[in-house]
Amino acid sequence: MRGGELIRRKRFNFKEGFFLSLVRTLGFTGAIILIGILFFIAYNGVRVLSWEFITQPPVDAMTKGGIFPVIIGTILLTFICMIVVIPIGVTTAIFLAEYSKRGFLLKTVMMSIYTLAGVPSVVFGLFGLAVFVVAFRFGMSLIAGSLTLAVMVLPYIISTSEEAIKAVPYSFREASLACGATKWQTIRKIVLPTAMPGILTGAILGTAKVSGETAPIMFTAAAFFTPGIPRSLLEPVMALPYHIYVLATAGTHIEETRPIQYGTALTLIILVLLMNLLGIILRMRKRVKRAW
Amino acid sequence: MVEEVRDKNIFEIKDFNVYYGSFLAVKRVNLNVETHKITAIIGPSGCGKSTLLRALNRMNDLIINSWVEGQVLFKGIDIYQKDTDVIELRKRVGMVFQKPNPFPSSVYENVAYGPKIRRIKKKSQLDEIVENALVRADLWKEVKDKLNESGMSLSGGQMQRLCIARSLAQEPEVLLFDEPTSALDPISTANIENLLQELRKTITIVIVTHNMQQAARVSDLTAFMYIGELIEFGNTDTIFVNPQNKLTEEYITGRFG
Repeated sequence: MRGGELIRRKRFNFKEGFFLSLVRTLGFTGAIILIGILFFIAYNGVRVLSWEFITQPPVDAMTKGGIFPVIIGTILLTFICMIVVIPIGVTTAIFLAEYSKRGFLLKTVMMSIYTLAGVPSVVFGLFGLAVFVVAFRFGMSLIAGSLTLAVMVLPYIISTSEEAIKAVPYSFREASLACGATKWQTIRKIVLPTAMPGILTGAILGTAKVSGETAPIMFTAAAFFTPGIPRSLLEPVMALPYHIYVLATAGTHIEETRPIQYGTALTLIILVLLMNLLGIILRMRKRVKRAW
Repeated sequence: MVEEVRDKNIFEIKDFNVYYGSFLAVKRVNLNVETHKITAIIGPSGCGKSTLLRALNRMNDLIINSWVEGQVLFKGIDIYQKDTDVIELRKRVGMVFQKPNPFPSSVYENVAYGPKIRRIKKKSQLDEIVENALVRADLWKEVKDKLNESGMSLSGGQMQRLCIARSLAQEPEVLLFDEPTSALDPISTANIENLLQELRKTITIVIVTHNMQQAARVSDLTAFMYIGELIEFGNTDTIFVNPQNKLTEEYITGRFG
């Protein structure tokens, strides 16, 4: 009988209640701020969003028309960045996860990666200007911007790839080596294929993140205006984040182009969300397939 | 005379030490593994039995800080010489692990893994190797219609036999089993034990087990290890019925372990 009473008795615990409501409130606040921003941009941007808006170039000193070259510019920058950064990032991750011995070299590399991850994006912009634009003589160009973005996202790609590689069970490697495979065969045939969904997820999420960066492309790739899409890697491009910046700060029609600014911002957000969605789908598929 | 001994003993372990850093895990072990026999290594947890087993195909190389002293002769050749072809050694001395560890690919790909990395590309030849290995591992009847399904969709016992088939596809001369049934149910365990009897007709088997009944059931020779030392080694019947050493007797009668 007494046991039953003990289970039923429900004392209000002030501390528990207080912290639960505090955590709840703060959690909701975070969500509301995020949803608020998204809603605000969607509300203001959706009015100009149309098929013409995303397929036509800007006209009349960019006060009318669409943002087609701007979208293409961002997609090209992101895509080339990925092509450059994935092989370098994954190779580095393989070295760190599989080959490096704890020592001076590993410490130096890790230290550099962590430091690089914390550097503000404008510094990467200046680095890109000094190295790719000036020293390599690429000029303000698609390739210079893509490379700058690649350098910026590299630490992120390395660390996500390294995690994906380290998540491959040790027993797989053991089994492969016991079959008489070499270390490289084990990595190529067992470790990399198993880690690939994780590596790709990291790469997509990382690149989605940099596709919205303004500072790294400001001095290296972004053009105020180009009439069409670039025909070579050495031409400058328009890009969504820089386009928003230009319209909102540098034109003579700042108020007039407000709707286009919001429309461009909304397009950028949709693009990033689509890439994130792709990353999430990849990650979910990996989870379903993972049976170990 | 010497040649005769070597034909009889596929492995000769001589004054063999294994260290992890400064920790001596296997102490001055002398042991011969006879060809086409099943040798069981028993002993309590941490006695060094797995370490000794893994020394036979140099899987301990993977452990940072591990090093050895003494000799392990495989068919008269010291496998711890600098110029040893470890890859070839592991092909000829295969290993099956405690937890079934098929690759996350199809049954077929699992078995064809070894031959494929040895650049056997012809489909007909691969098919033959895969079928042959699965038959030898007593798994063919169960999986012949689902060769393209994931190796991880099989039951625990089937997975372990798949791992055995994967090793057999290399045509090894020796198979090392590291507690191969400790993660399996009794029926799967019995299947594997029967399989061992079948396999010993063609290959030499060394099995580490902490299950004494298993050692008594399947092995021809038994080695008892305790804290890194080989305490007693001999015919399984002798060891279990008439152990010479007091420690062995106490262990097999269940007084510790």
